[in-house]
Amino acid sequence: MQTKTDMNSQPSKSMHWFTFAAPSKFYFLAKKLIPFFWLLAIGLGIAGLILGLLFAPTDAVQGDSYRIIFIHVPAAWMSMVLYVAMAFWGAIGMIFNARLAYRISNSIAITGALMTFIALWTGALWGKPTWGAWWVWDARLTSELILLFLYIGYLSLYSAIDDKRKAAKAASLLAIIGVVNVPIIYFSVKWWNTLHQGASITVTKTSMDSSMLLAMLIMTFAFWSYTFATVFTRVNYKTLDEESHTDWVQKELSSMGVLK
Amino acid sequence: MTPISTTNILLTIFKRDITLAIRRGSDTCGAIFFFILVVSLFPLALGSDTKLLQQIAPGIIWVSALLAVMLSLSRLFNDDFQDGVLEQLALSVCPLEMITFAKVIAHWCYTGLILLLISPILALQFNLPPHSIQVLFIALLLGTPTLSFIGSIGAALTVGLKSSGALISLLILPLLIPVLILGTLAVDAAATDMPYSVYLYLLVAYGVLSSFFAPIASASALRIVLD
Amino acid sequence: MIWSSFSDFIHMNGYGPYVWGSFIVTFILFYVEQRSLKLFRKKIISSEQS
Repeated sequence: MQTKTDMNSQPSKSMHWFTFAAPSKFYFLAKKLIPFFWLLAIGLGIAGLILGLLFAPTDAVQGDSYRIIFIHVPAAWMSMVLYVAMAFWGAIGMIFNARLAYRISNSIAITGALMTFIALWTGALWGKPTWGAWWVWDARLTSELILLFLYIGYLSLYSAIDDKRKAAKAASLLAIIGVVNVPIIYFSVKWWNTLHQGASITVTKTSMDSSMLLAMLIMTFAFWSYTFATVFTRVNYKTLDEESHTDWVQKELSSMGVLK
Repeated sequence: MTPISTTNILLTIFKRDITLAIRRGSDTCGAIFFFILVVSLFPLALGSDTKLLQQIAPGIIWVSALLAVMLSLSRLFNDDFQDGVLEQLALSVCPLEMITFAKVIAHWCYTGLILLLISPILALQFNLPPHSIQVLFIALLLGTPTLSFIGSIGAALTVGLKSSGALISLLILPLLIPVLILGTLAVDAAATDMPYSVYLYLLVAYGVLSSFFAPIASASALRIVLD
Repeated sequence: MIWSSFSDFIHMNGYGPYVWGSFIVTFILFYVEQRSLKLFRKKIISSEQS
């Protein structure tokens, strides 16, 4: 039976849930992983684009405009997942009073907003040739727009408060409130849409060729990898910025400064 | 010495907020006049065609009400923060959540309630039929407290920040979209003789939920800022 | 490869502007994001040296 003394006599082997809650430990772990995520992102991205742009057949109904989904769908999924992740890490931060969790939450925000914008932009460019309009007020697009507003609200609140620790906490609280509201907002928008019969879009559920599906899946993983690489980088830079008074950061900064 | 009960504290806070709102009457009326003005801008912008105005009236009145309430929120906690009263309240025997609740009820009394009472007059400007005006009134009655409750979260998050009015709107308006949609759908349904009570029930549900959770969230936000 | 020539590929049977408009804007935004991270890194290092 493992007693407390056993654990203490093997310090390097004992890892527990909170080992990486220490910014220093997380920093070096993330630093090692970032190049790996970049490799994945670029590799998968190239593979997905080659498959999707060069080998997937032209769609019978939509022609070649459907190829936008190789960006639109991954971006839309990321935008939603990242908002939940942002709220999740904010909640962890509040429950455990862990500043690293707040930092992760804050680092996700910009990337999430970017994904949302990309989803909306590509959605519009897909909609114009397919349904004839740059914008349609359907439930999904409108909800995506509201999601962008939620991200912008988060970023505005964070930048408005000078004390960055308070800013992180306040923005995280906002994200948690937002994530709880998102289902409510989505259902009310859906309701609104069905009752205000605007331009009715029939999302033609054409059977997707397997190469299209595969390319989309590969691109989704590519987006995931890009997000991990970017968010980890941002967390690390924020750690360097906000913990610059500590010894380990001083050492790290001077080694970074020496290199470039 | 009479023991100070929680109810006494809450009543005192409620009365104090109302009194302060009356004293700075110009600020309070500002939001009201803003409401009236904005509602009147739309016919000027869109033309006075009766049919069009009847159609858009519920939406305009609701949106203007939202904007007016957003405007009035920045003072909810800021004045007390400046005076140092907020810190004292946070230390009080009475939970900060309940203090927030009392303040929000007071806020509704000097904003949402007044907008609500004016709305039938404005609805007449748009030639809304009497039944629609009735339903609009009830919808606003059920929905405006939610505006104050959820709005208070925005006010709490931005305490101490300068020019927080626009920021509060940015944070809170997306969260109020369900209220907006339900409130306008109710009136639209009434206008076309369709069943509208489901929207009113949902407004009540959303209101009750927000009255419970918003004070908790606002109190959390206040503690973050005051720390 | 389903395209018979490079110009066919660019033209995308008429949908070129939409498809490339999407891809190009996406890559620009990713690039901008990475640039801003680089600038952040420079700022941290330089403020440390001062």
